[in-house]
Amino acid sequence: MAEKEVKLFGNWASTYTLRVEWALKLKGIEYEYVNEDIPFNKSEELLRLNPVTKKIPVLVHNGKPLAESLVIIEYIDDTWTKGYSIMPKDPYDRAQARFWAKFADDKCMSAMYSVSTSSGEAQQKMLQEAREAFQILEQALGSKKFFGGDQIGYLDLAITLLAFWIPILEEIVSVSMVDNENAPLLKEWFTRILDVDMIKTSLPPRDKMYELSKQRREQFFSGQI
Amino acid sequence: MADLGEEVKLIGSSNSLFSSRPRVALKLKGVDYDFLQEKWWQKSDLLLESNPVYKKIPVLIHNNKPVCESMIIVEYIDETWTSKGPSILPSDPYDRAMARFWTAYSDDKFPSLLRVLTGPVPGEIPEAREQFVASLQLLEAALEKCNKGKIFFGGDDIGYLDIALGSHFGWIEATEKLAGIRLLEKEKVPRLAEWCEHYFGHPAVKDIMPMTEELVAFATEVKSSFSAPAK
Repeated sequence: MAEKEVKLFGNWASTYTLRVEWALKLKGIEYEYVNEDIPFNKSEELLRLNPVTKKIPVLVHNGKPLAESLVIIEYIDDTWTKGYSIMPKDPYDRAQARFWAKFADDKCMSAMYSVSTSSGEAQQKMLQEAREAFQILEQALGSKKFFGGDQIGYLDLAITLLAFWIPILEEIVSVSMVDNENAPLLKEWFTRILDVDMIKTSLPPRDKMYELSKQRREQFFSGQI
Repeated sequence: MADLGEEVKLIGSSNSLFSSRPRVALKLKGVDYDFLQEKWWQKSDLLLESNPVYKKIPVLIHNNKPVCESMIIVEYIDETWTSKGPSILPSDPYDRAMARFWTAYSDDKFPSLLRVLTGPVPGEIPEAREQFVASLQLLEAALEKCNKGKIFFGGDDIGYLDIALGSHFGWIEATEKLAGIRLLEKEKVPRLAEWCEHYFGHPAVKDIMPMTEELVAFATEVKSSFSAPAK
């Protein structure tokens, strides 16, 4: 299928945006990128393209907008069928990949968020939940090289930024969410995935990510967000 | 009787609307299965084994391999029994993405709103009702835009998004009765009202969806068991 125009509205620090960018890069698709200043300064164009949830990322292909990062990734795989295969082929494997991506978003992301926006005893409780969530997530990896098997796939794309972001949050908040005690295989995957060329060369600058995460935590505690 | 070599089981409940989603999909595809009903107050060992992560119904077990999460199960059914029955997901990638988008939206919005609307804090009901009605307006517009003049979101026949919405809409009448409010007003959302009639009358749906009275009784039973004094 001839590609006409692909535009992506996102944010440089957003795991949801980066997932989609990695999917586009895996397929070798050229796209125009528009960085949105979230959450307070969204562009008129973004709000026009996604009036329902008003969130990034939004992919526009041939003038038609799509939202929801995991939905967008499957769209990319369904549309650009030549080249890299992002989703597994077998229906059962596809169901498993979708299940774990949903678990990662529902449980792991929210646990991380709770840990980084709490303190004291409450934080200890959130930390315990986060550690358990990552321990469970590790089941999807097992002894494989990547979640997708020998090559990175849908589930790797969904979770990759955590490999970069969790160590940063752990530093800011002085806790350990993923370590050799609760998820040794996942920890090893962190190292492997961050070493993949395409990922390595497209991560946000670490110091910028550190500063932003610290700022968000402070904003949260001061009631701004 | 199952197809030769195929063993299909569904762990669910006849008054669970999330369970109704794979049941409708299996009926559309003409796939036979063993329906293993759970009691809401006591989870079976099989459920706990098959869905250790969430411990929730529905769970499809196909040739001993469990699949969890209702719409993931529906998609699995569509991708597995490809030569049986109609296609559940649209064939066009963009339409497919839109069906998934609206499903994600509905699953994010409706369950929590319905919980508040049938919940123990009457003060929260007006705000929840407003949000619910606003969501219905968005779906009404989506239906007008995407179904190209046909009745269902899937076109001539029911599809993925119809099945997803059906399980939320199945609660509307029961919620209206429990909370004493109107949610779906035909004058405001005529297409959705017509969609409801056709969806709940569809041959793959009508014997599966629990009746309003059943849902009202079920909700009342669950609510009173939680507010009963501890023994």
